[in-house]
Amino acid sequence: MEEAVNIVILALMAVTVIGIVFIRNLMAVVMLSGIYSLLAASVFVVLDAVDVAFTEAAVGAGISTVLFIGTLALTTRIEKKPAHKPYLPFIVVAITGAALIYGSFDMARFGDAEAVTNKHVAPYYLENTKKHTGIPNVVTAVLASYRGYDTLGEVVVIFTAGIGVILLLGSWRRGLTPPAPHKRDEA
Amino acid sequence: MFTAAAIALMITMAFAVIRAFVGPTLYDRILAVNMFGTKTVLIIAVLGFLMGRPEFLDIALVYALINFIGVIALLKYFKYGNLAIGPGEAPKSIEKGQDT
Repeated sequence: MEEAVNIVILALMAVTVIGIVFIRNLMAVVMLSGIYSLLAASVFVVLDAVDVAFTEAAVGAGISTVLFIGTLALTTRIEKKPAHKPYLPFIVVAITGAALIYGSFDMARFGDAEAVTNKHVAPYYLENTKKHTGIPNVVTAVLASYRGYDTLGEVVVIFTAGIGVILLLGSWRRGLTPPAPHKRDEA
Repeated sequence: MFTAAAIALMITMAFAVIRAFVGPTLYDRILAVNMFGTKTVLIIAVLGFLMGRPEFLDIALVYALINFIGVIALLKYFKYGNLAIGPGEAPKSIEKGQDT
């Protein structure tokens, strides 16, 4: 059953991406990328990675959509036709994709308990997480406790990026009217 | 029972994606995305029961909230033309009842 759900969701994701590539109406593209994020989050839920699914839904479907719409409000809603033929980029992407698929043949089977990656530090965490931290979810314990400083650094990076974006889009400050795009073009 | 519900939801999701593709108007697409978000909430809830993890219901609730934020941003964009407007400072075009 899970496999069937995965196949349907992944097929819908592929269809959505093809749509994103071909549609020139950027508002429709924003809508479709929101759908794509929701689908990705569903896949993560099916894979039992609930925290990742949370992040994907909040960032991908929530904040990204809002930021995209804000950008469209400042620019334009229709994408220009590309000036060059897309064959060379397509060939490069196809070759890279083929190489990645070829590389995936060497990966361990999904959920394989005997895989090398599952025999290194994973048994230690599984055995001691409850004792050390008292957190029932091992992934959360690793992220927030064992690698707490690492996560703190990540949060600092994301916070800095957020401050940068807010300063760039700073026209929402009280007393300043937002720049009108058509007037800016005349200057 | 849950399997039938999951299959029905999958088919509805496929229809919503088709609607987001063919449009024809922007509002069809907004509606498609909004509906798709609702379907995601439902399918996560159904999958929770299908996989024996009813705790997934909480996640479905959070998804519903996220979906709401996106729709509010969209509606604000279509009402005011941008997102950089605070409460109580609507532009004059709105007061005259014009839609952007």
